[in-house]
Amino acid sequence: MEVYEKIFASVAAAILVLFLGALAYGALVLKINLPGHGEVISPGPGENLAVAVLKTPPFNTPGVKQVSPGKYEAAIMAQAWSFMPAEMDIPAGSELTFKVTSVDVTHGFFIPGTTVNMMVIPGHVSLETYRFEKPGTYLLLCHEYCGMLHHTMVGKVVVK
Amino acid sequence: MSTPVVYGANRPFDLPSAQRRIIAWTIYVGFFALAVGVANGLAQALNYAHVDIFKYYPGMRTYYQGLTVHGVFNAVVLTFSFANGFVQLTMARGLNRPCNDFLLRAGFAALVIGAVLAAYAMFAGKASVLYTFYPPLMAHWSFYLGLALIVISTWLTSANLFAMLSAWRREHPGERIPLLAYISVVTYIFWDISSLGIAVEVVLLLLPWSLGWLSGAAPLLSRTLFWLTGHPIVYFWLLPVYISWYAMVPKQVDGALFSDAVVRLVFLMFLCIIPIGFHHQFVDPGVSRGLKFAVAVLTFTVFMPSLLTAFSVMYALEIGGRRRGGKGLLSWIFKLPWGNPSVSAQVLAMLAFMLGGITGLMNASYNMNLTIHNTAFVPGHFHLTVGTAVALSYMGIAYWLVPFLEQKELWGRRLGVFQAWCYFIGVLLLARGLISGGLAGMPRRTAISLVPYQEPAGWRIAGMLVGVGGTLMFIGAALFFLVLFMTVLFGRRKEVRDIPFTETIQPPQSRGWQVTMDRLSYWVAFSFVLIAVVYGPFLVSHLPPRLVAQPFQAF
Repeated sequence: MEVYEKIFASVAAAILVLFLGALAYGALVLKINLPGHGEVISPGPGENLAVAVLKTPPFNTPGVKQVSPGKYEAAIMAQAWSFMPAEMDIPAGSELTFKVTSVDVTHGFFIPGTTVNMMVIPGHVSLETYRFEKPGTYLLLCHEYCGMLHHTMVGKVVVK
Repeated sequence: MSTPVVYGANRPFDLPSAQRRIIAWTIYVGFFALAVGVANGLAQALNYAHVDIFKYYPGMRTYYQGLTVHGVFNAVVLTFSFANGFVQLTMARGLNRPCNDFLLRAGFAALVIGAVLAAYAMFAGKASVLYTFYPPLMAHWSFYLGLALIVISTWLTSANLFAMLSAWRREHPGERIPLLAYISVVTYIFWDISSLGIAVEVVLLLLPWSLGWLSGAAPLLSRTLFWLTGHPIVYFWLLPVYISWYAMVPKQVDGALFSDAVVRLVFLMFLCIIPIGFHHQFVDPGVSRGLKFAVAVLTFTVFMPSLLTAFSVMYALEIGGRRRGGKGLLSWIFKLPWGNPSVSAQVLAMLAFMLGGITGLMNASYNMNLTIHNTAFVPGHFHLTVGTAVALSYMGIAYWLVPFLEQKELWGRRLGVFQAWCYFIGVLLLARGLISGGLAGMPRRTAISLVPYQEPAGWRIAGMLVGVGGTLMFIGAALFFLVLFMTVLFGRRKEVRDIPFTETIQPPQSRGWQVTMDRLSYWVAFSFVLIAVVYGPFLVSHLPPRLVAQPFQAF
């Protein structure tokens, strides 16, 4: 390789390493992380997935629960074409942990303007926590195609 | 001392005319698919601007049916047809020997039958499962069988390339593989390995499931197998275009390729780093964070060969621009033969690819993916890459390839130049719209005109840009088809003896480290080891498959 090629390749590699460093900083210091490995829901032999989900806590009682002061947990079932529950109300400044699973196909779980962005895959529980500082109504969207009326699959988080 | 990138450069290229016809038809199948894909694309772009025309399309019942056709025809049928036709031709020219007749024909037959089966399922409304066909959305079995046959056509094409290469090597023991043949065959070896994920998914899981032989689907395992192929597939779209950028465009601009070794290195890097599909699953449950970060690093690594390409190809263009009288730091750019539609289309495609590459790096950026995953940002990115860097380059290549295959003069050169600019400006507006929409939370794969809620700020203007840009792209593509059609049917007879190919200023060395680059089995072995390291633990922990999901067909 000639000298210019070597210089270009070195600079290019250095920039990529710098970018990766920024991502690692975001993950380790700022704690902005991706959803990781979650729980699994396995139906018994001959059992329908939806039945298995309804028997598995916390999805046997879907909805928002306070777990400690300022901390809430929402158990949500995604199905074509709605979220159950479709509305979650929490006070401003509180931290909400979403536990989401699907009873049928793969769905998405996305709240624009936040870092809540997950795939919801049948047989798996998706997990994400976010602190809602600003009051307002946050749109919740299914952002993975899930059939004919996919675009109608919405919900909201109301922060008061 | 410069060296041509082909063997027997001084001898005529003696491709039998029957083989030339099959290659031509392989490529026309691809362009026919592009025409269908683009026709549907217009309806999707306008839908973002709240103009619904898809309901007027014959046979299209839903937005998503049209979107499936758009994705599968453009990203599978077009790309695979073009790659099969073009790379068999470049291999034949690289070694200066004809194709294996049977394999060439068999590959074409598998491609056409596969495309017809998949098209039947999609147009009948039995496969509105989009390009990713995530189970448990269940398509008709003909969709999966069609896709399998299309993949088999690429394997038959590979067999043809291997047959040509081994025959050439027997006749030329100890010689370096000519560069054009080398990059052609590495493209297909790379793809053969990459395609194993989707082959296992379709043949062992989805096809038997759609025939009722399996009790359910394994959604996460299927997604993972899909993306094992689904990321490298984008390089399989790209590498035939790289062949043109490296080996042909320098000649077309009166330049030359600088280094033989760097080009081989670039293709080998793609071959060696296949297992990066997990970066499409950054927000999936069931995949650990450590694996996600490791794959982000690998994805950044595979950005290197594209950066090297930016350097090499731009340098080749600069050599051309200066030989044509260009001076100064940048004014050589204006001396490039912009009046040649083949050149202008491909140079504009390269410019789009810079933006496409950077936005792709953003997608792959681990936690940054949280703000853009599955938003309109993603189609914004890939309309710059596959939608322009690849598709517009195909059009540019066609401007010399079709005259060569038909032995006819290109009709409408100036229209071709106009077409390329129209498409390019269109995609810049479209991508600007989709990217800004995505950053404002607009989801992808969604019939935006039909959403039942108040659209957040920024979506409306984004949607308008998508509508206007998409319309310009549609016009650009339609003009391309006009040029193509007129050339094939009414072009003036003209003998076109050879295809354009460049020379390298630094020739391949016949001793030293460079020779190991031609020992392809070493690199293939390395590639498999890396795949086993990245995917092995995940796949083993998912066996036997948990077939938990019931079929779903409400589409």
